[in-house]
Amino acid sequence: MLALTDFLMLGAILFSLSVAGIFLNRKNVIILLMCIELMLLAVNINFVAFSHFHGDTVGQVFVFFILTVAAAEAAIGLAILVVLFRNRRTINVEDLDTLKG
Amino acid sequence: MQFEMPSLIPVLPELFLLTMTCVILVVDLFLKEEQRVISYGLVQISLLLSVCIVYLTSGAEAEVIFYGSVIRDPMGDVLKVAIYLISAGAFLYSKDYLLDRNLFKGEFYVLGLFAVLGMTVMVSANSFLTVYLGLELLALSLYALVAFDRDSKAGSEAAMKYFVLGALASGMLLYGISMIYGATGSIEFPQVAKAVAETGMDNMVLVFGLVFVVIGLAFKFGAVPLHMWVPDVYHGAPTAVTLFIGSTPKIAAFALAMRLLVDGLEPLHADWQGMLVILAVLSMALGNVIAIAQTNIKRMLAYSTISHVGFILLGILAGTSKGYTAAMFYSIVYAIMALGGFGIVLLLSRRGFEAENLDDYKGLHDRSPWFAAMMLLLMFSMAGVPPTVGFFAKMFVLEAVVSIDMTWLALVGVFFSIIGVYYYLRIVKLMYFDKPTDDTPLTAGLDTRIALSVNGLMMLALGMFPAAILSICAAAVGSV
Repeated sequence: MLALTDFLMLGAILFSLSVAGIFLNRKNVIILLMCIELMLLAVNINFVAFSHFHGDTVGQVFVFFILTVAAAEAAIGLAILVVLFRNRRTINVEDLDTLKG
Repeated sequence: MQFEMPSLIPVLPELFLLTMTCVILVVDLFLKEEQRVISYGLVQISLLLSVCIVYLTSGAEAEVIFYGSVIRDPMGDVLKVAIYLISAGAFLYSKDYLLDRNLFKGEFYVLGLFAVLGMTVMVSANSFLTVYLGLELLALSLYALVAFDRDSKAGSEAAMKYFVLGALASGMLLYGISMIYGATGSIEFPQVAKAVAETGMDNMVLVFGLVFVVIGLAFKFGAVPLHMWVPDVYHGAPTAVTLFIGSTPKIAAFALAMRLLVDGLEPLHADWQGMLVILAVLSMALGNVIAIAQTNIKRMLAYSTISHVGFILLGILAGTSKGYTAAMFYSIVYAIMALGGFGIVLLLSRRGFEAENLDDYKGLHDRSPWFAAMMLLLMFSMAGVPPTVGFFAKMFVLEAVVSIDMTWLALVGVFFSIIGVYYYLRIVKLMYFDKPTDDTPLTAGLDTRIALSVNGLMMLALGMFPAAILSICAAAVGSV
């Protein structure tokens, strides 16, 4: 039988992976979007695990909302990506450096 | 199981605004290009009617509906009215700018209204779920607005940066919320506060949750060290959008902090106070010092925002109702100041020309003495020179900090605002003592001119009678 901490560890590992991915990735913006999705899914694992072990459904309802918002967020992210590519002809993270100071 | 129809009266302002936003979205489809001003008119009417509805449905008692998810209380009412009115001002200023750049589209207003709706949902949240939904509605609309000028290279880059960092912040906040849910077994603020008061800080899960929530909050506020997005977004976005992002979302961020930290996690005050002290000191220091080095006024105002956020955090971390009142007063006053400041930037811009550089303000006094005077009032108010209202906003916050025996923190605040005065006064110097480099007359319409004059004179009027807003804030916070 898996304990609550096992699920929390899995959530924490996925969350750290996604944060590391956002900060280490220097190549492709699409990988950033994937990391953001992974981050929200890590949170979902936390919510479902807590919800199961508390015997309370609120956490699972929260997960439905997060999934919906994540879908909307991915849509907006990809839309911005298309605009960016049309203007700059690149989606390389390193090339996004015209704004600084 | 019986289904009880909840009373919808307390959320009537939000429902009305949602309906009107959808109506405007549809009406706009049937309008010809030259009739576009009708949707603009509808937007302003809906915002003003929303203010009336808030006024009609307000009351001294807090009402909780939707099974504890939503609350309507006096603090929420005041913040909502401020958000509606300041957004109406933002839309008014941006009209000419959008017309000049072929950006005068219905989508701008629909996205703007959805952002306003997100802010008001956040203001009336009573559970973590409502807070999250309001926050995302606001954030998603703002991402799209930053990229609104589709052919702008800077705009799309700013939107991408804002999106990635904003989504990261939401992720952090959510991770914190999941931890708090795990530790307390509830997502409604009153239950969370009760459970937290019982367990205290011994629970490691709760500590983790609090840290992540504060990080997410600091990101949304734009407090140092999580401020990286602020200057880039302010700089890259079309000025009309910068005006919108720079003003009302600060009130919403204040509401977010009040709901999360005060309603939900008040028993942990001693723990989050320490974190906010670090954020506030760093924000005031870095914001004021780096603003000096800027040559672009949008970037300069972005760093000035960061330093003002430090002051708002000072009020919140005091943890007394005096401190909350001061922070609320500061956030509303700051939103009005930012509205006026960016309003002047919009006023000086015209077709094919963005008044973005500090040099564009040279000799404004010779070109338009009246608006130079308005800018002077706004800059004095941001710097905190008496008798403008900015001085009183800073004073109330510092008073609150001194009253909890953190005099050193107040001294740090004063020290960095004195550094800050330099770059505000530099603009005044450019306007009054330098020769103009370009003599084109200002082209703004009458409505913008009147609104900007009112906005500038308000700095002075509220400075003479700060009690007008302060007593409202005090009454609203006192009943929380």
